[in-house]
Amino acid sequence: MDFEPKILALCCHYCAYAAADLAGSMRAQYPPNVRVLRLPCTGKVDTEYIMKAFEAGVDGVIVAGCLEGGCHFQEGNLRAKKRVGLVRDLMDEIGLEKDRLEMFNLSSAMGQTFADIVVTMTDRIKKLGPNPLRREAAKVLEGISR
Amino acid sequence: MIVAHRKNIQDLKSLLAQHKRILVLGCGTCVTVCLAGGEREVGMISSALRIAYKLDEQEHDILELTIERQCENEFMEQIIENVQNVDAVLSLACGAGVQAMAERFPNTPVYAGLDTKFIGILQEQGIWTEKCAACGKCVLGEYGAVCPITRCSKSLLNGPCGGARDGKCEVSPDTDCGWQLIYDRLKAIGQLDRILEPAPMHDWSKSHEGGCRKIVREDQRIVVK
Repeated sequence: MDFEPKILALCCHYCAYAAADLAGSMRAQYPPNVRVLRLPCTGKVDTEYIMKAFEAGVDGVIVAGCLEGGCHFQEGNLRAKKRVGLVRDLMDEIGLEKDRLEMFNLSSAMGQTFADIVVTMTDRIKKLGPNPLRREAAKVLEGISR
Repeated sequence: MIVAHRKNIQDLKSLLAQHKRILVLGCGTCVTVCLAGGEREVGMISSALRIAYKLDEQEHDILELTIERQCENEFMEQIIENVQNVDAVLSLACGAGVQAMAERFPNTPVYAGLDTKFIGILQEQGIWTEKCAACGKCVLGEYGAVCPITRCSKSLLNGPCGGARDGKCEVSPDTDCGWQLIYDRLKAIGQLDRILEPAPMHDWSKSHEGGCRKIVREDQRIVVK
């Protein structure tokens, strides 16, 4: 059975979420592996949100905020960037591949970019394989499908 | 406040490996303010530990809880049941909190999740600096409220030494010369004459060198006969 990753996208209301909407209007194609969660700003992203997501078994996390300098709340995206850096370091420390998490910056007019980001992350996570925390569960599912 | 910093997750993982049910206990006072052991950090460290154990295919129950203060019995009383239901406690308090927990729960292993660093302040967002060495005999009044024990790398009471360059200490170019700070401060408040007075030897018997310290105030004690 092909591995289809589950990717959580924490999207800022003012840019990435609108860009995802635009991607739909543009009929831009991207893999259905992403689950979008809208936040008022990426400054709302807490390190704990990302850790709990991985703990719950998501295979990858995208944090998508405004272009640097373009945050609706001035520096929420810059704070998110630092927090993503902190969690990536922590993932390294505990032995979870840090490339499962990445922050992207885009504006609400960049629908195609949103689609490209999802493609990039889906390809990357497919190469990395399932979140090791649910590899056992994946093996069971594989057994059932045979 | 007391400033602390979290220990490495892999070290904590091996330290706690023998215990199956572990309570990660935060403290809502100093270590919450210095972003090392509050409710948020409890969540993050617990998640990291759960993931780290699962990656090794080990089963551990990690529980999360934060109380207002781990250094006071009144607050520890609230969690008696929670502690009784676990094999060990990972305390994210300062050294005092960890020991208070161990004294209150003599039959439960209690481990320190943080390294307690110093008594200090939030210098700016993300930077904490040491200000007090708790030496037991405060001399701040004589030095324009700049502590020579803490701020001078050599704790000189009659400084400066010859190692200062451009207001920085020879120990590290990132460290301000404590005596430059004392001079500037005394000058600003018009008390430069204080610097001319030679200071007597510091009474180190009041510091930790005199043994574990204790303050007894009879007026505050409640003696139950």
